Amino acid sequence: MKTVRIGAGAGYSGDRIDPAVELAEKGDISYLIFECLAERTIAIAQEARLLDPSAGYDPLLEARMEAVLPLCVRQGIRIISNMGAANPRAAAAKTCEIARSLGLRGVRIAAVTGDDVVQQLRAGEEIVETPEGPLPPRDRWLSANAYLGVASILDALRSGADVILTGRVADPALFLAPLIHEFGWALDDWNLLGQGTVVGHLLECAGQLTGGYFADPGYKDVPDLAHLGFPIAEVSSEGSAILSKVEGSGGLLSCATCTEQLLYEIQNPSAYYTPDVVADFSHVSFEEIGPNRVRVSGGAGVVRPSSFKVSVGYRDGYIGEGQISYAGPNALARAELAHSILAERLASHPFSELRFDFIGLNSIHGPRLSKDAPTPYEIRLRAAGRAASSATAGSIAREVEALYTNGPAGGGGAFGSTREIVAIISALIPQESICHEITMLES
Amino acid sequence: MLLNQLAHARTGDKGNIVTISLIAFRKEDFVLIEQKVTAARVAAHFAELIEGPVERYCLPQLGALNFVLRRSLSNTVTRSLAVDAHGKCLGSALLALEI
Repeated sequence: MKTVRIGAGAGYSGDRIDPAVELAEKGDISYLIFECLAERTIAIAQEARLLDPSAGYDPLLEARMEAVLPLCVRQGIRIISNMGAANPRAAAAKTCEIARSLGLRGVRIAAVTGDDVVQQLRAGEEIVETPEGPLPPRDRWLSANAYLGVASILDALRSGADVILTGRVADPALFLAPLIHEFGWALDDWNLLGQGTVVGHLLECAGQLTGGYFADPGYKDVPDLAHLGFPIAEVSSEGSAILSKVEGSGGLLSCATCTEQLLYEIQNPSAYYTPDVVADFSHVSFEEIGPNRVRVSGGAGVVRPSSFKVSVGYRDGYIGEGQISYAGPNALARAELAHSILAERLASHPFSELRFDFIGLNSIHGPRLSKDAPTPYEIRLRAAGRAASSATAGSIAREVEALYTNGPAGGGGAFGSTREIVAIISALIPQESICHEITMLES
Repeated sequence: MLLNQLAHARTGDKGNIVTISLIAFRKEDFVLIEQKVTAARVAAHFAELIEGPVERYCLPQLGALNFVLRRSLSNTVTRSLAVDAHGKCLGSALLALEI
């Protein structure tokens, strides 16, 4: 039976590059996929593009391409990535330039566009539903991107692209598209698309399948996490797959790591919505067939939804933050005094929400769940507030720093920051209102 | 005993939704976990951190439960003032449940 080997080279925008190089060198793969777009990454990239029309793609695009492109071109490994972010055409042009500078000629690089629907929405494109409540006023919008499905990537694969750079596509589609392309799966064979989606979902966070975000010493030990290897799926034409990683790489691939990742960010396991299929993970099973080798099967699916999800990114005010530490005898009492001083000094500022935490004591889970915690030797007081203006938000950092000369004894390590909030809300629009486009470059 | 002796967990987030998977170390403990860690008990455990009921899905072939929790709309990853804005540490709090 025909099989295809696919590697996951990144699970988020800032991910480590060495494991991707290892996959390209030793993974014996045909496709290397980089998933680099979190929910609001594209809105932040759109802000960068507004300032510079040639910007707006992944900040690590150049470093990644320089690291893997020669290896991939030499072995015929095709690269698929959403590193195009808010500007896939500029990402393709930059990749083309990098290929030429590395002496790689004839590399075909496709930019996939069509996910950016902000103009359409501003012009009054039909919105089917806003499941998270009404959209904010349009003057606060930064971006609106539809989650495209496999169709756009399939067109680029059929055109012979060696590198495919997209903006927003559904994460599993980055993996599902090459499977459909290789095996000739029908776009309405929902069970096969469901199985391919299981594989895509398992791989899309890269190291989180192979022992990353898993280790808990004494309970869940992971060998050589420092050299964590990224996953490979060897997928068969009937949709099951063998998951593995490069021999000798660090990490762990077991039924336990796979089960954690299968359910990661999943709500109802029977209905995982993507633009291509509503996948059913509820009967997936794993079998360890060797050291760091797990067989996955049992995915299924039903007909795809009639609408596309759109993420609207918008400006939503500012968050100001400040922190200062107290240590030694009576540290908690001095931190509590600092808290009451800050609360009084900030009371006159128009914050929509203000919060104080005692880091090291109860900042993560709150006072009730942390009630048995011993009083620590050192406490870090943290204040954070949300406000409409940058000036109001900035008052927190100033007031925290002022605790040095205007607060309790022995404060140290004051630190503050102010940042704009780029928030995300989703809407659904009809599938037929989206059309993608491919732009092909050759180095 | 604490739940962390019997099971492990991973937390994910989407907007104001937090999902926590709870997976038995040994398949034979799954029935006990399924019986003790009800949606209502998880909702009570996280009472001041979430809003509304908790949904629970069972995947016996994986020895796993999947919980869906909702935080307030001001408590999404982009707007939250919390140190752990994602809510990624909530799974660790679930493992502190007494069984």
